[in-house]
Amino acid sequence: MAKAIKIDERDNVATVTSDVGVGEVVEVLSPEGEVLMMPEMKEKVGFGHKIALKDLERGEEVVKYGEVIGVASRSIGAGAWVHTHNVESARVPTSAHGGEGA
Amino acid sequence: MTEFYGFERPDGRVGVRNHLLVLTPMDCSIEPARKIAAQVEGAVAVTQHHGCGLDWMVANTLIGAGRNPNVAGVLLLGLGCETLTCEVLAEGIEPTGKPVETLVIQEEGGSVRATERGVRILREMAEEVSRLRREPFPLSELTLAVECGGSDATSGLAANPAVGVAADMLVDEGGTVIFGETQEMTGTQHVLARRAVDGEVAEAIRAMIARQELRMRAAGIDSRFMSKGNIDGGLTTIEEKSLGAIRKGGTRPIQGVLKAGRGGFDYPSGPGLWLQDGTGSDVPSVTGMVAAGAQVVAFTTGRGSTTGHAIAPVLKVTGNPGTYSRMEDNMDVNAGVILDGSGTLRSVGEGIFRDVVEVASGRMTKAEALGYHDFIVYRTSGLAERLLDVCPPEAIRGGKRRPSEAALEPGF
Repeated sequence: MAKAIKIDERDNVATVTSDVGVGEVVEVLSPEGEVLMMPEMKEKVGFGHKIALKDLERGEEVVKYGEVIGVASRSIGAGAWVHTHNVESARVPTSAHGGEGA
Repeated sequence: MTEFYGFERPDGRVGVRNHLLVLTPMDCSIEPARKIAAQVEGAVAVTQHHGCGLDWMVANTLIGAGRNPNVAGVLLLGLGCETLTCEVLAEGIEPTGKPVETLVIQEEGGSVRATERGVRILREMAEEVSRLRREPFPLSELTLAVECGGSDATSGLAANPAVGVAADMLVDEGGTVIFGETQEMTGTQHVLARRAVDGEVAEAIRAMIARQELRMRAAGIDSRFMSKGNIDGGLTTIEEKSLGAIRKGGTRPIQGVLKAGRGGFDYPSGPGLWLQDGTGSDVPSVTGMVAAGAQVVAFTTGRGSTTGHAIAPVLKVTGNPGTYSRMEDNMDVNAGVILDGSGTLRSVGEGIFRDVVEVASGRMTKAEALGYHDFIVYRTSGLAERLLDVCPPEAIRGGKRRPSEAALEPGF
């Protein structure tokens, strides 16, 4: 079964560890390997991308690593893909400049 | 109380290896240095490539490398006409009490004579060093550097948090941890500053990251923006990217910022977690932290980096199970087991902590067994630093993002 990791207990998103398709059930694991929940995917999400673990209102903080990584720019349903189309940085708008890598 | 087995140096510090360092003040004398090192067991030759002027950023890094307790003895090999002289390096290294010898090629009558004398000096050092025995020491004598390179989506999810668990365990046992790569802290100033031991350290953290943003902006690069590869890989904001990167340092209070540039070179003044104001480029970053005293390096990688280091063993941790199976000859730890739930973050982190202690006690890492002796000295541009000192930040920021536009701004 497809899996996702919720890194910190305060997080409201989890990161999927493989590509997952619509209708697939994802096991959301804590870093200690406990199954926390098993949401059904509302849309296709690629490896390394995030899903919402609860309904997020527009303007609500998106939390990963127990810290705010951005703010929902529109409402996001539980199980939906969370990325640049529905989250903005609280500090600076995200856009690629094509220069520096990781 | 965990112990490790190391070699006590005359200054009381503890080495985890017995390297003999052939250190050249600049690259003019590196080839004879390599020939000398090749002839003596345990010897390694290192240099820097920034010219022979007396640049203290470079000199301090070389001095730190010589001072690192993993180095049992030093042979300085100069050409004879450099401004950054062997004397400058010897003065910095000799207070450790370890053997430091100097040879100058022009004074010896050429490289052949210098090589002969150099081999003889090192051979004697090698015999002396072979008498040393490992003894047990508390982890308060151990400094771990943590680094990431060749990152992918698994780095922030598995490898960095797992190394962070090991870093926390070492700090909790009285050890020291250093992490750097200032540009990868962008967007997490508030998080790191909150973890500072006091307000002064919090301000130093904010100033360090702000100056790095400005330094990159002066070169036409906005460090707050991410690459297309980052975004395609699932990273949504700069905060998310940087939070994943800083996780490798663990979660303990930050004791201070270690300068490693033109404003001086700092060594940790006590145990705990420290930030080094250093480059994001892997080998120079590791070299900077080793120069600050790290005896062991934990290096996380997603795509698969193969680098080692001339002075400190480098333990490779990948969060990508595919990279582990494809590159098992180079990867020491598979943290990818966290991703499918077959391993927990805690168990992998505890395993890395045990690996660090074992490696400190003599077990070779894969990069070490393969003989990878990476060593690169980082230097910031003196001109750029001067510009940052004298120009108002607004003039540097400009507000334009594209390098081509920034380059055309009046005054640059």
